[in-house]
Amino acid sequence: MKLRISHETVYRYDQPIRNLVQSLRLTPSVYEGQRTHDWQIQVSGGVRGPGFRDGAGDWIEGWTVRGPVTEVTVHIEGRIDTRDTAGVLRGHRELINPLTYLRASTVTAPDASLRALAAEAGAGAQDQLDLAHRLSRAVGGAIAFRPGVTEARTTAAEALALGEGVCQDHTHALIALARLSDLPARYVSGYLHSTIDGEPHDAAHAWAEIFVEGLGWVGFDAANSCCPDERYVRLGSGLDASDAAPIRGVALGNGAEELAVAVHVEELPQ
Amino acid sequence: MSYYNEMFDGDAVREPYARLRDWVDTMPADFRQMKQAEAEALFRRIGITFAVYGEGGDPDRLIPFDMMPRVFEQAEWRRLERGIKQRARALNAFLRDVYGRGEIVRAGRIPARLVYQNDAYEKGVVGVVPPRGVYSHIIGIDLVRTAKDEFYVLEDNCRTPSGVSYMLENREIMMRMFPQLFRGNRIEPVDQYPELLRRTLESVAPAKCSERPTCVILTPGHYNSAYYEHSFLANLMGVELVEGQDLFVDGEFCYMRTTTGPRRVDVIYRRIDDPFLDPLCFRPDSMLGIPGLMDVYRSGGVSICSAPGAGVADDKAIYTFVPEMVRFYLGEEPILNNVQTWTLWKDDDYRYVMEHLPELVVKEVHGSGGYGMLVGPKSTAAEIEAFRRKIEANPSNYIAQPTLALSTCPTFVEEGIAPRHVDLRPFCLCGDRIELVPGGLTRVALREGSLVVNSSQGGGVKDTWVLSE
Repeated sequence: MKLRISHETVYRYDQPIRNLVQSLRLTPSVYEGQRTHDWQIQVSGGVRGPGFRDGAGDWIEGWTVRGPVTEVTVHIEGRIDTRDTAGVLRGHRELINPLTYLRASTVTAPDASLRALAAEAGAGAQDQLDLAHRLSRAVGGAIAFRPGVTEARTTAAEALALGEGVCQDHTHALIALARLSDLPARYVSGYLHSTIDGEPHDAAHAWAEIFVEGLGWVGFDAANSCCPDERYVRLGSGLDASDAAPIRGVALGNGAEELAVAVHVEELPQ
Repeated sequence: MSYYNEMFDGDAVREPYARLRDWVDTMPADFRQMKQAEAEALFRRIGITFAVYGEGGDPDRLIPFDMMPRVFEQAEWRRLERGIKQRARALNAFLRDVYGRGEIVRAGRIPARLVYQNDAYEKGVVGVVPPRGVYSHIIGIDLVRTAKDEFYVLEDNCRTPSGVSYMLENREIMMRMFPQLFRGNRIEPVDQYPELLRRTLESVAPAKCSERPTCVILTPGHYNSAYYEHSFLANLMGVELVEGQDLFVDGEFCYMRTTTGPRRVDVIYRRIDDPFLDPLCFRPDSMLGIPGLMDVYRSGGVSICSAPGAGVADDKAIYTFVPEMVRFYLGEEPILNNVQTWTLWKDDDYRYVMEHLPELVVKEVHGSGGYGMLVGPKSTAAEIEAFRRKIEANPSNYIAQPTLALSTCPTFVEEGIAPRHVDLRPFCLCGDRIELVPGGLTRVALREGSLVVNSSQGGGVKDTWVLSE
């Protein structure tokens, strides 16, 4: 697919802030499934800082806004060609040993229910790939999609207990199950054009990647019961949502912050 | 158990201590007490104190100073020096490797999980090669002696080892109080350490730095128990002592706020731990760090000493593999011995340790400062049983080692001198060159028979002499 993406995040502060420092993971990954054109990142009133590719293969870009300002806009605009690699992250250059992703973080820490679900779902798996699919289906079955019931800090265990959540919760739960099954797993942030039944999704999205011997990293979107294909745009990864966050920032100032996000993922004619 | 006495061989005095013998024998008791009081007053005046974790009481307590020096002859020291530098090279080669291709893991010489699932392994710096490939710039290697030519490494400290200010101050005070000792003995100096440290730091400035590098010491502040040392070193090196709030990131670089405006900083000798360095990258609640510092570091805009992630080399579980690192990276045989170590997450080791607790020393994997450890031969049956239950609750948190016969060095006591157990922490500097000043921090267990030299557990310090030829 040929996609045009625009992504605008507006931060409004009720009192002026100074010395805002951001670390942005907002550039599409380089692998066989994606080719990026004219990708532009702009931070209003900002100075572009260091840019580098990290050990996970993600392009990181730092920005600083000296201020004082009461509003900061992070604007991304670009075009990308995507193609279906059946969820396999082929041709992606990275250095980090997959075993590094077996570590639990606070939000993916297992509890008794997650352990029980991992054992139940994994029983009888033929191989690692089959196991990963089973775990992904189990998460889709155990957590129904429902916005508004969970929040940014909700843990995998809490989401499973609720039985409801959004893509972040599905992803954390799947990561927890995979790590319990000794499969390295990580959180991926990106965009999704439309769901599998053709409904426009048109928003930021998150899914999991699980390391399968012989294949490497393979994406699993438990929320949509599928593996990522050409409708998905991959930005970067981490141990969990916070580690993989597309935007991180710290500023000097005591003001309360308000956030507005607008994402458009539009298909262009061939 | 018999112990190697560093001064006496039976009744005979060993060569390096020959001149000290007369000094001790001819010193009147009241003169000694006067000098001891003078030493304490001097320490108090210069303000070198050491807060003791977890003990409460006076946070500005002095570490007891023992006036009887600990002496090495030249040949002994040369061998030690070779061993320490060898170890320092291997540790840095290991760090370069595990943050790169991980050849030692691929070769099956170190278990992959021990490295990659280690809490101190920092995923965010994989692929980052710091200037000159050095990750750990100041390595404090804790050694004990068990015989004339037998030294064991207890642990490597690759992050931010402290104690070097004691090495310098102990010497300073001894020279002030007993100048004649330094005329009669040819003692190698240690006071070049701050200059060497500064040169080491400057030698690892980032490639983007074109002028003489600006170095700073980053301290968590005056509540930290080693704050004295931070300000002491900054002062001797002639560099700024800064806290996180004094530094900020703008564009591609890190700057220090000064009265004449921002000044770019090239090398940060940090005395704060990884999780507090940068709230953008690590703990979001850290007030000590500098937002954005890690991105500047990872893109080569500033050097951080020790490099973030260096702690994976001094983990107690990784320790057992340091001799293997020496062979793998350097193709040499290790000069210094490792202490045999049982890791309690292995079933066989666990069984052995639980059957032999009264003979062993058991430590927490991430513990330090002599806390949370069991010294079997020095513990009561009840203490051993209590510790056994702690191990049972979380075996993988512990390692065990045989109780070593730590050498003794004569130490002033009420009745004159008496043997007390000692260890040694030399400070190895790694930059464009590897440097080691002839000396170190000798810690002494002041309680008779005690094998725990930590200052938090009743240990004191001594001046450490290396005699020239």
